[in-house]
Amino acid sequence: MSINWFKYASPQSFYPLAGRMVPWFMVPAAVLGLIGLYIGFFVAPTDSQQGEAYRIIFIHVPAAWMSMFIYMVVAFWAGLGLAFNTRLSSMMAHALAPTGALMTFVALWTGSLWGRPTWGTWWVWDARLTSELILLFLYIGYMSLAAAIDDPRRADKASAVLALVGVVNVPIIYFSVQWWNTLHQGASVSISRAPSMAATMLIGMLVMVFAFWAYSIAVALIRVRLLIMERERNSAWLRETEGV
Amino acid sequence: MHWGSAAEFLAMGGYALYVWGSYLVTALVICVEVAVLVRRGRTLRARAGRIAGPGSD
Repeated sequence: MSINWFKYASPQSFYPLAGRMVPWFMVPAAVLGLIGLYIGFFVAPTDSQQGEAYRIIFIHVPAAWMSMFIYMVVAFWAGLGLAFNTRLSSMMAHALAPTGALMTFVALWTGSLWGRPTWGTWWVWDARLTSELILLFLYIGYMSLAAAIDDPRRADKASAVLALVGVVNVPIIYFSVQWWNTLHQGASVSISRAPSMAATMLIGMLVMVFAFWAYSIAVALIRVRLLIMERERNSAWLRETEGV
Repeated sequence: MHWGSAAEFLAMGGYALYVWGSYLVTALVICVEVAVLVRRGRTLRARAGRIAGPGSD
């Protein structure tokens, strides 16, 4: 059996597929979010050192992970669009970027509100916080550049170069807590060793990670459909699909 | 369950500002993102309807 992978590389065939996929991610996002919040607030115990303030972890860590991961995916799609001139790849990159920026903002905001009671400061210019702030600027720069160029294909190419150059920042964020002396703690969860947190805390956090993941995919699919509608508004297939 | 009452839950052991400040703003930005997308979709469909709707070819 052979699958024609290129079939869904065209906006025309991906548009209805994306529409069908949205509920398959949005519903799990909502259900997992509710389960995660329940575990986070009612099952996970009070932290012995931080008291209840640690409960910010259930959104802070998932948002921070997503902010970095989405950037990698944006750069991947943007690079693919640049290399193979596939319109849909570039649209995927544009569809993901605002959600990545949102995740970065949430990570910074919740981190600030977590830093105040635990470190005694809202903000500090240490490596982890500064590189995460640069990530927010990279997202904003990418979106601004894409929006500033009228010709969509040229906008795709120029913003793709920016996205690819910015990738260097992601490992800097991730390893910043090892490379420099930072106020931010090291990773509590890693592949190489057992997590340094209570099991219920970890489970609650991981459930929230999957919820954020599903939400990001659902929202990106909704946005890519809107981008297809905007760019293909004069084509006959879209009028037929939308019944207008 | 480690909360004695709803008030105790809302107080978050004295960290209410930080915990609820985080969760409320996160909920807010998610709601704004979804609302913006829904509005953009409505506008686009309405515009497409005007262009290719009854009356035009």
